[in-house]
Amino acid sequence: MVRVMRSLPYTIMTLPAVVLFFYFHTLPALQGMFYSFTNWNGFGPVNFIGLKNYIGLFQDPQVLHSYAFTFEFAIVTTILVNILSLMIALALNSRIKFSKTFKAIYFLPYVLSTLIVGFIFNYIFSNVIPQVAQQLHIIALTQNILGTGFAWVGIVIVAAWQGAAFNTILYLAGLQTIPEDVYEASSIDGASPWINFWQITFPLIAPFFTINMVLAAKTYLQVFDQIVALTNGGPGEATQSVTFVIYTNGLGGGEFAYQSANSVVYLIVLVTVALIQIRILQRREMQF
Amino acid sequence: MVRTKYNWLATVFLIVGAVFILFPMYMTIMVAIKSPFELAQSLLGIPARIFWSNFTQAISITHYGQTFGNSFFITFFAVVLTILTNSMVAYAIARNMHSWIFKGMYYYFFSAMFVPFPIIMLPLVRQMSAIGLADSIGLIILYVVYGLSFNVFVYIGYLRSIPLELEEAAWVDGAGRWTIFWRIIFPLLGPMNATVGILTALWAWNDFLLPLVMLSDPNQYTLPLVQYAFQSQYSTNYNLAFASYLMALLPMVVVYVVFQRWIINGVTKGAIK
Repeated sequence: MVRVMRSLPYTIMTLPAVVLFFYFHTLPALQGMFYSFTNWNGFGPVNFIGLKNYIGLFQDPQVLHSYAFTFEFAIVTTILVNILSLMIALALNSRIKFSKTFKAIYFLPYVLSTLIVGFIFNYIFSNVIPQVAQQLHIIALTQNILGTGFAWVGIVIVAAWQGAAFNTILYLAGLQTIPEDVYEASSIDGASPWINFWQITFPLIAPFFTINMVLAAKTYLQVFDQIVALTNGGPGEATQSVTFVIYTNGLGGGEFAYQSANSVVYLIVLVTVALIQIRILQRREMQF
Repeated sequence: MVRTKYNWLATVFLIVGAVFILFPMYMTIMVAIKSPFELAQSLLGIPARIFWSNFTQAISITHYGQTFGNSFFITFFAVVLTILTNSMVAYAIARNMHSWIFKGMYYYFFSAMFVPFPIIMLPLVRQMSAIGLADSIGLIILYVVYGLSFNVFVYIGYLRSIPLELEEAAWVDGAGRWTIFWRIIFPLLGPMNATVGILTALWAWNDFLLPLVMLSDPNQYTLPLVQYAFQSQYSTNYNLAFASYLMALLPMVVVYVVFQRWIINGVTKGAIK
């Protein structure tokens, strides 16, 4: 009884949170799984159709293409963002003037709305670059890249422009945990900067590399805002991401049950990717 | 060994990068303060005078006052309620990690971090409209509740560093759990409250997908959502569009410039935990 009394406030503190979380998060997820086995589209009776939605997904060129695009985009962007932010972090961590100002500038994109950044770059791609290219007679760039087969490159650039900020800050935090005398010891040994980086710096910030890779992959696999602002999925269906397809077809296209099945598949894919990444990257950390 | 030599290679690299970062910002301002005629003449030049009517027109088209108010209302209450409730939940869990029930809660919230939003999106929209919460109040509730999975994790990491002796002393003096939490623990959570508050503010202020699917009444639209909804009205007038973008971005930029160090530290702490 005493134990119950003692833990009563703890129960009151947490119980509403668990109930609300279940109601607003878990319940919709379960509903989604439930409807994925039906052909219900918002109205009328619910009919179970077994795995038909799932089988359909694997034969649907639009859905398959959206997964291919999303993976391509996420892999390229994750690698690019990590290379860029590691370089920026190394530069910020070295002896430079105005280091605080630089840090403030490089972090600025993180506080901006992704959608609006996308709209701004949309104008850059459609008007600024073609105009400048025309004046400089660079024929290749006179076309709006977002209307061509290279539209995805434009989306990668925008995502990297904004995304590098966060990863840079993380790498910088990692670099600052490395004591100065580690470098002094190796510079006495006469190691080159390149060897220094791979033998000392990188192994020491490996945990930050793991976090950054996992977080970046998770973010970019869910890409949506940039797509809406830059291409709206076009040209044609070329840049439709999985989230974009679930949103457009599921809420506006009358494919509620079918896209619910798609989101279940998507959940499985994302969790698998995260687990594989953590596995591989942690094993690498151990080796160092 | 004393090295006072500056690394010029790094400096040059950073300057080039900074130009790349700042160029879109510079261009946004330039386009926003020009008339369409001046824009046609020179894309990036500084205009002779500021063309204010872009801003007055954008304010009336997007109902800027109201839209700003909506964004502010949602962000403010999301932040305040998140800090007050999520810290409390984290405290209760952190002090009972020996019990399987509370440990279960911890993993329950934590595992939700792996669940992507699209999977709950479709049923959620139906559910929220069914209970009449497809509005800004509902949005605030969702930010507070969804925040739990990350925030509980972050708070618990910090709570572990607070010595139990403090609480035990108060407990012996006859203070209840509630008093202990609000009087002793909550104030000690200050740095983490700042981190959680900053991350929640950035999320709620800049979010697009959740307001897009949740808000049915245009009078409740947030700043990013209004830019999306009014795309068609801007299409012929870039100056107008950019004036509107600039006004939508500016509040957060001002907050960033003022609290820059806090924000960078806060985000770092949140990510490393």
